[in-house]
Amino acid sequence: MKKELRGKAHVFGDSISTDLICPGRYFHLRSNIKELAKHTLEDADKDFVKKTNPGDFVVAGDNFGCGSSREHAPIIIKECGVGAVIAKSFARIFFRNAINIGLLAMECNTEDINEGDELILKPSEGIIESITSGKEIKVKPLTGAMYDILNAGGLKNYIKM
Amino acid sequence: MKQTITEKIISKHADCNVKAGDVVFVNVDRAFVQDGTGPLTMDVIKDIGDAVKNPVKNCIFLDHASPSSKYELSDSHNKLRKYAEKYGINIFEVGDGICHQIMAENFIKPGEIVVGADSHTCMAGAFGAFASGFGSTDIAYAMATGKMWLRVPSAIKVELIGELKKPSMAKDVILYLIGKLGANGANYKTLEFTGDGVEKLSFESRLTICNMAIEAGAKNGIMLADEKTYSYIKKERGEELNFEVLNSDIDAEYEDIISVDLSQIVPQVSMPHLVDNVKTVSEVQKEDIKINQAVIGTCTGGRLEDLTVAAEVLSGKKVADGVRLVICPASKKIYKQAIDKGLLKVFIESGGFIVTPGCGPCVGIQGGVLGTGEVCVSTANRNFKGRMGCTDSYIYLASPATVAASALAGRIVNP
Repeated sequence: MKKELRGKAHVFGDSISTDLICPGRYFHLRSNIKELAKHTLEDADKDFVKKTNPGDFVVAGDNFGCGSSREHAPIIIKECGVGAVIAKSFARIFFRNAINIGLLAMECNTEDINEGDELILKPSEGIIESITSGKEIKVKPLTGAMYDILNAGGLKNYIKM
Repeated sequence: MKQTITEKIISKHADCNVKAGDVVFVNVDRAFVQDGTGPLTMDVIKDIGDAVKNPVKNCIFLDHASPSSKYELSDSHNKLRKYAEKYGINIFEVGDGICHQIMAENFIKPGEIVVGADSHTCMAGAFGAFASGFGSTDIAYAMATGKMWLRVPSAIKVELIGELKKPSMAKDVILYLIGKLGANGANYKTLEFTGDGVEKLSFESRLTICNMAIEAGAKNGIMLADEKTYSYIKKERGEELNFEVLNSDIDAEYEDIISVDLSQIVPQVSMPHLVDNVKTVSEVQKEDIKINQAVIGTCTGGRLEDLTVAAEVLSGKKVADGVRLVICPASKKIYKQAIDKGLLKVFIESGGFIVTPGCGPCVGIQGGVLGTGEVCVSTANRNFKGRMGCTDSYIYLASPATVAASALAGRIVNP
């Protein structure tokens, strides 16, 4: 796991469903992750992919990733180069899937993070520093099996170890 | 030891006594994937050992693109057919039906641990099994090793009291509950349904309720196995199982206890674009919401009981002008039963059309994709924005009775 991640915040609200992250009308693109990733979060923000740079963060409210078990949801977020998803709370299947495919997902109060804020995330220390606002936000570090799996780069790597 | 039924099932499969919060490895009785999640699973299995532990206990279902509407989906199907043959996994073909329904008709037993790469796997909890949905990689691990790691959920007890009064149906019960709990009100938890109300519900109704446990964020939904469970198994499979009583301890601990008086449940509707955005149909009726499409079917509302109720409402009448009525039986078996019972004739004569048993209409793949600005009322389990194939469209969820009545009226009305 990286000691420090730095990037811009792309902020979303509550209940960002897997249908918003990975819309059903692109179901046929699931076998082509590169193509599917061009539509990441399209129904929540049609410009998300255009404005996201590698290392940026997806920041959200409650129940991020609610809905389907489609692993493609965290996969395409990762494919866009997102460094971590930070949310007030996650839906259970999305959270587990994110860790399993090596996408860092962490919980904290995201109320004070605004669109475009420059953030430094220190996952093991459990801190987010906002360069833009000067605020420091506590974030729940991953522990136990979740930490081990993410640290290995996902479940597949963890099993092979 | 004070344990819930979920804790007991997990304990048996972990070979040690567990409590909520424990993280354990369990032996998995059954694992399955569908055609949207399966290809990823097969890639992972190939990578972590290229073999499946108990192939006969695993299934692949070609149900989401049933039949396929694009060549990429057809190619995925062929990939899954190859892997099914290579690993010896059971495969259910295009047209056979929806994974959860086929699992219910053929396989699930009380006390089992069932994991599926589909979020509505929780439907199998109606059998008194621990059934939960996971992602493709988790299921690859379960298929390759026969094991899964789980964090034992704490439980919310939902006491169902009394009996539903027509025209209310099981769908109205679960929509009401999700409206009360919220979309993450039961996050990571078990929804344990108990009470004389459960005993009075038909087995098909129990399946509908457990099907939507995930929409409150639950890890699993579960009901005790009883005579109706074993009768269902005997009727569907010709199997006589030994009657095993597995119950939560009297002093088992719950995070919360909720009581629902079934006799007070009136028809409910889930408003766009969140499942927990629930109102009574009486409230919504005042808003005069015109519809373009009505869907009766899917794993939530496509069983024989559902189709029978809908046919009773539609019999001898015609759907409103401009309304497309889509009928989607949850399995080929139900499709045949509906033919024999004369239900399909009723649907067609009322102006409806039948689509292939499968998930198509629910997930926006085929069988009733909505157009820009269109409104659909459906017996399915999700109404997220864009779910049925078009971002700018509106999905309302309701019971088969409500959907049938609305199809006739051309707007959302009480059955």
